[in-house]
Amino acid sequence: MHSFRFEPAELPPETAAMRAEVREFLNDNLADYPSAMRARSWAGYDAEFSEKMGQAGFLGLTYPKEYGGHGRTAFERYVMLEEMLAAGAPVSAHWIADRQSGPLILNFGTEELKQRIVPAIARGEAFFCIGMSEPDSGSDLASIRTRATRTEGGWLINGTKVWTSGAHLVHYMIALVRTDPEAERKHDGMSQILIDLRNTDGISIRPIKNLAGEEHFNECVFEDAFVPDANLVGVEGEGWSQVMAELAFERSGPERYMSSYQLIFEMLNEVSKDTTAAGATAVGRLVAHLATLRSMSISVAAKLQAGEDPALDGSVVKELGTLFEQSIPVIAHQTLEREPSPDQGDDFGQALAYTTQAAPSFSLRGGTREIIRGIIARGLGLR
Amino acid sequence: MSGDSELRTILGDQVNRLLADRVGKNDLESAEAGAPQDKLWASIEENGLPSVLVPEDRGGVGGGWDEAEVVIRAAGKYYAPVPLVESVLAGWLLSAAGLDMPLSMISIAPVRADEALTIQRDGDGYRVTGTATRVPWGRVVEHIAAFGHCDGEAYVALVPRAAWSVEQEDRNIASEPRDSLRFDGAALAAGALSGAVDPDHLFAFGALARASQIAGALESVLEQTVQYANDRTQFGKPIGKFQAVQQELARMAGEVAAAGAAVEAGSRAADRARQSQGGDAGFELAVAKIRASEAASIVAGITHQAHGAMGFTYEHTLHFATRRLWSWRAEFGSETYWAEGLGRSLAAKGALALWPGLVDRG
Repeated sequence: MHSFRFEPAELPPETAAMRAEVREFLNDNLADYPSAMRARSWAGYDAEFSEKMGQAGFLGLTYPKEYGGHGRTAFERYVMLEEMLAAGAPVSAHWIADRQSGPLILNFGTEELKQRIVPAIARGEAFFCIGMSEPDSGSDLASIRTRATRTEGGWLINGTKVWTSGAHLVHYMIALVRTDPEAERKHDGMSQILIDLRNTDGISIRPIKNLAGEEHFNECVFEDAFVPDANLVGVEGEGWSQVMAELAFERSGPERYMSSYQLIFEMLNEVSKDTTAAGATAVGRLVAHLATLRSMSISVAAKLQAGEDPALDGSVVKELGTLFEQSIPVIAHQTLEREPSPDQGDDFGQALAYTTQAAPSFSLRGGTREIIRGIIARGLGLR
Repeated sequence: MSGDSELRTILGDQVNRLLADRVGKNDLESAEAGAPQDKLWASIEENGLPSVLVPEDRGGVGGGWDEAEVVIRAAGKYYAPVPLVESVLAGWLLSAAGLDMPLSMISIAPVRADEALTIQRDGDGYRVTGTATRVPWGRVVEHIAAFGHCDGEAYVALVPRAAWSVEQEDRNIASEPRDSLRFDGAALAAGALSGAVDPDHLFAFGALARASQIAGALESVLEQTVQYANDRTQFGKPIGKFQAVQQELARMAGEVAAAGAAVEAGSRAADRARQSQGGDAGFELAVAKIRASEAASIVAGITHQAHGAMGFTYEHTLHFATRRLWSWRAEFGSETYWAEGLGRSLAAKGALALWPGLVDRG
């Protein structure tokens, strides 16, 4: 059985300078950003802000310098991320690119692809979305049907991807596609392929309104969309194992427990003005959870930095983090006698309205709660 | 990756081996029935475990809270039916006041946030008066490290058994003694001004200790539950093969991991505070008790569900863990007590101080 110990790790001293830099940057670029927008956390989209982050050197922090990165540590990146999230900065434009597409290309891409794409990610000029889910393939990812068929000089893509956050805005998708329909096992015969969404014929992208009426995710239909050979990411047929590695790295970061931070902030603001026992207890409890998740997440960052495999620990952080994030709007509702008010409300009312509606997605994105618990159960030796 | 001190590793091996070896079902049952556990205590003492927080120049192990945590967690994991944890706390309290720790079972008093004892100087000696309720192992121990006040000064005194009477024997729901003791003001030789420790500290470190015990018991519960789920067959397969059971056990593993992480963070913060002048681990200690107490309730519920009716019997050993979890989550302040205190201090500083305050802590 896995040990499930999260050994405390301290952020090394060089992270203090990074923290100061990020705060200065936020002070210069985000001082007047309204609370209701901050509540959007890493779903807030602002290409200009992302470009500024790139110019300031905050993107591609851990990438090698030869590809436009900054060669910094996992801890420095962790600190940059948590400061951005605590401020509710609009980071969604570059989020996927910086977090997983860049590292994926660096790990598996050809030299040509690395040279062409990675520096643009680090500059905050190349944004990505993830083409994994399909209408009939959600948690059962290995059942995807989108095909890539060999053609002269490349591939023809046919099929439909869905829930692709930002596809209507970003430049690229890395799609998981079936390159060998004859493969015997359903986990075989898949590959990852880079698709230029803005310069390829045969792609139609239709936003899907979420329950709050906002357009973040999309349905992307590919009809004989041509993708050149050079855009294959990694090894043909190895798509499944590449995707599993990619997903593991996205499960332990601070975004897994900071999505509702602005609502804690607004709650504490209210409790500061009028401190009741119930209000103090609710906030104290939430902050205790926040502090514990943060030490667990930093412990995973230390494992990443040490080159260890954090897949299972990351799943534990995600399991606890999403329970926590989803509890916050419920507790805020139960503790302070206020109605959520999306348009005319004060900062608390608006943050409550937004977070209440966003919360169901927290345990769906990046692997559903059921899938994550299945991974943990495997770590327990039950499967 | 391991940042563990060599001492922590050695102590951990030692205490886990000893308790795994010496504490079995029969011992736990006989302890619940009131039988003395002198042999177990003798081997614990032989290994120097009670003095883990006593400096080497006072004859102790010379560890910090991070080392004490591994001892206390093991005491929780194996449900050691002796005042090991209280003796560790007593050793810390006595040493902080510059007093020697006797070789015997020791407890501490008071252990309730709303109680106080009076300690008066009397010539070269001291007198302790007052009543302390729910003193752990009160009827069993030979000494109490008492904490009290006189004229605005805080004192610690070492009180031998002759200087108190057991007013009422009581217990927690795990049948660990929690007795009311009356201190009648007999003359005592060993006492001192308490420089480093105030009553809030004593209560907070008691809370950290109970949180560590909870973390230990949770580890044991997780291991037992997984074992049971693999062994127990229904519908032709181990119940652990059913997703409904797997999902609950995964939830349990998350809670166990969180409690363990909160307790380790608390212990390390306590050591940092000790090494830095004027440092304070109050935040992390509160967090540890809040998180561990909350996990105790959730995990106890899940493990009983997984164990079915079998786990609800006295015959089965599961209750040794769960009755302790239900006791310890309440002792030295519940999660609600600590959350309210933490929330009030955060509210006083204001929302803008929340994030900087959180990251400044480490």
